[in-house]
Amino acid sequence: MALLEVSNLGIAFGGLQAVAQLDLSIEKGHLYGLIGPNGAGKTTVFNMLTGVYTPTEGNIVLDGVDITGKSPEFISKSGVARTFQNIRLFNDMTVLDNVKVGLHNQIKYSMWTGIFRLPAYREKEHEMNRQALKLLKIFDLDAEANLKASQLPYGKQRKLEIARALATNPKLLLLDEPAAGMNPNETEELMQTVRDVRDQFGIAILLIEHDMNFVMGICEEISVLDYGRIIAHGDGMAIRNNPKVIAAYLGGD
Amino acid sequence: MAITKLKNMKKTTKSNLITFGIVVAFYLVIQLCTGMGMMTSSFAGQLVPICAYIILAVSLNLTVGILGELSLGHAGFMSVGAFSGTLVWMTTSATLPSWLALALSFVVGGVVAGLFGLLIGIPVLRLSGDYLAIVTLAFGEIIKNFMNACYLGYDANGLHFSLKDSASLHLAADGQVLINGAMGITGVKKASTFTVGIILILITLVVILNLIHSRAGRAITSIRDNEIAAQSIGINITRYKLMAFIVSAVFAGVAGVLYSLNFSTLVAKKFDYNTSILILVFVVLGGIGNIRGSIIAAAILTVLPELLRSMNDYRMLIYAIVLIVVMIFSQSPQLVAWRKKTLAKFKKNGSVKPPKGVA
Amino acid sequence: MSEVFDAMQFLSYLINGISLGSVYALIALGYTMVYGIAKMLNFAHGDVIMIGSYVVFFAFGSFGLNPIVSVLLSMVVCTLLGVTVERVAYRPLREAPSLAVLITAIGVSYLLQQTAQLMWSSNPKSFTSVVGLRAVSLFDGQLMISGETIVTILSCILIMLALTWFVNHTSAGHAMLAVSEDRGAAQLMGVNVNATISLTFAIGSALAAIAGALLCSSYPTLQPTTGAMPGIKAFVAAVFGGIGSIPGAFVGGILLGIIENLSKAYISTQLSDAIVFLMLIVVLLVKPTGLLGKKVNVKV
Repeated sequence: MALLEVSNLGIAFGGLQAVAQLDLSIEKGHLYGLIGPNGAGKTTVFNMLTGVYTPTEGNIVLDGVDITGKSPEFISKSGVARTFQNIRLFNDMTVLDNVKVGLHNQIKYSMWTGIFRLPAYREKEHEMNRQALKLLKIFDLDAEANLKASQLPYGKQRKLEIARALATNPKLLLLDEPAAGMNPNETEELMQTVRDVRDQFGIAILLIEHDMNFVMGICEEISVLDYGRIIAHGDGMAIRNNPKVIAAYLGGD
Repeated sequence: MAITKLKNMKKTTKSNLITFGIVVAFYLVIQLCTGMGMMTSSFAGQLVPICAYIILAVSLNLTVGILGELSLGHAGFMSVGAFSGTLVWMTTSATLPSWLALALSFVVGGVVAGLFGLLIGIPVLRLSGDYLAIVTLAFGEIIKNFMNACYLGYDANGLHFSLKDSASLHLAADGQVLINGAMGITGVKKASTFTVGIILILITLVVILNLIHSRAGRAITSIRDNEIAAQSIGINITRYKLMAFIVSAVFAGVAGVLYSLNFSTLVAKKFDYNTSILILVFVVLGGIGNIRGSIIAAAILTVLPELLRSMNDYRMLIYAIVLIVVMIFSQSPQLVAWRKKTLAKFKKNGSVKPPKGVA
Repeated sequence: MSEVFDAMQFLSYLINGISLGSVYALIALGYTMVYGIAKMLNFAHGDVIMIGSYVVFFAFGSFGLNPIVSVLLSMVVCTLLGVTVERVAYRPLREAPSLAVLITAIGVSYLLQQTAQLMWSSNPKSFTSVVGLRAVSLFDGQLMISGETIVTILSCILIMLALTWFVNHTSAGHAMLAVSEDRGAAQLMGVNVNATISLTFAIGSALAAIAGALLCSSYPTLQPTTGAMPGIKAFVAAVFGGIGSIPGAFVGGILLGIIENLSKAYISTQLSDAIVFLMLIVVLLVKPTGLLGKKVNVKV
């Protein structure tokens, strides 16, 4: 069985069916792209996968565990991490602390240990700092560790969000438009980083992206969403030549 | 040696030490002035309230500045702490050694306030923003009304309670009224001293600063900065909101005991909405999220009206204007952008410091 | 408290409750409209009522102006006050975190109270009723309904109907609805958001002036803190009925007035406020959106 099995997933807001009959199957270690025109329902799919929205129908199974309609907290603990289309960092916390708070469920000690600075405090904090800096290094952010997250330039904020997501030790990472607002050089660099992350952590990555070069360049599998339904599925070449996809993007019929 | 050590210390640790240093220095200066007979009696009378207000401001800052939720019921927690702690003091001070009775009063006051924090927190923290603020206000009013209508007495048969009047307690002849409705508790043997106040401030600071700079504190701060993102990385929102809220309530309760044991009578109407707002003013003026600022603001704003008696009529008016002006200047997006731009003009291209002491 | 249940007395408490509730409803309208459209809790709304009442007190009580002219004057003053406060204190913070806006509003509330205290002292003033109508006697004098009660209830119903019509049938009203739905979209559609928010504050404050005159006619003690408690209770009423909803403010206000008056009469005068606030907590727990409110989804 695949790492993530989504079957017949759907959600309606009032009378509006935003997503319907969605099937996805993502293997461990795969890079998977979810594309589609604006308003197709891509972010809504992410919100259902991460528990922000409760699906009105269908099932989501991660690594054998049914996570349909579970709380975001539960889903995060089950192994799904995400980034957001409009960056959501902890702006007034340092870059380092952003990642350390991502390690919250990985390295634990009690409130009392923290308040009374028991021996475990030093040890665990040290371990957190070590792991957090390691992650920051991957994204070339270690020099900025003590800056506030809001002080980072846009591109680095996107990277920090990925680093924070990885800190939760996910099995599946969801990236919502990771290259948005980046220049071609930064995008190129990010593609390499995403590949490296997949190789190094051995996790599956599902990403939404508008930059076709980005998606075609790194995704092994792509699904195309239009009006809340999957209209095509396959590798880059197959998607590029699919007449339905071309029609959806060009607005033809 | 000592200096290089200080340099290598983490920035937060250094900042915390400065905060403790300020409190200790304040204590020493006051003791020195008292010893040299330089203290006026009106100022000496302000010392314990100053300590209480400092604890209140620091604890409220945990809710407002670190958790990012507005609580308008801090005086309510202060009130339940004050009443329960004072009752313990009244009933134990004759039998127990006084230091133990006093310590017990503070513990009970803090715990009771903390329990109320839990009680009000569980339902309320599912709300946020304006709703949370208005419910905490409602809570403060409920406590004030309830304590105003509360009659408690004891005799050989045990405790008696009524919400009507002291006659309805039906006490035996040897009975004693403990809480007499709006008249509150009278005949309290004063026990709060400046030294006790300073010790309590230090305890408060240790607990709250250590909490902020720990795993739990980061979780609380992350909720403030972005609740949805905090959820997405597996933070239990309710748990950490509740934690901040309860810790904040506990210290408000302790401050309530400290405050009430400085006077011979304790009445519920002292802990009203205006008191909650006064504490909020300290927090806002000291800087939201800035613990050291809260201490300084609470101390100065409690002393200042004493020094400027002629200004007393205008005190609350000035506070009101200050609240508005501070908020607009610190929070208006346009003004913040303008400030940043102006600052950037003066600053050279600041080089980014490599992280220290974190590797 | 009599042991035997007195139906006439109950009816009288009930009617007085509806009257008090009508005042809450009028004040709640100001809260609910501002909350719905500007997305802020205008903490100072209750104090606008107090200022309005002082205007009526001086115009009618001291200078002997016609009661209707006095109330109109008070409406003008309150409107100007409300719009000015919005322009000076709230508009710069429109995009700021709600915590900042709330603290500013608390500051404004204090500013108005303290200004009133410095200008008119904290000594209570005895307010002369603006209602000339005599009390009506029913059931052979067993039930007396005061003129204030009748006028209060009638004005509340009239205003409620007029406001509902205004919002649904005028272009300014439609603009209000649009801004409350989605400020950004409304702006793109050419709605002047600033003007709409100013208009909302103007209407809310004008209604506050009427509410103040009616409140003080029934409860004739006027002091700088007069508006604070009814203001907070009216907010409770707005939340009770569902914030943002005009009929909700009406229903919430009336219900709250009845609950308050009945608990004063049958439970405890001292605890009636506590009961009202307890109601708020219960409502928010059971149905956080209020009786007639609707759920709002957060955008991610």
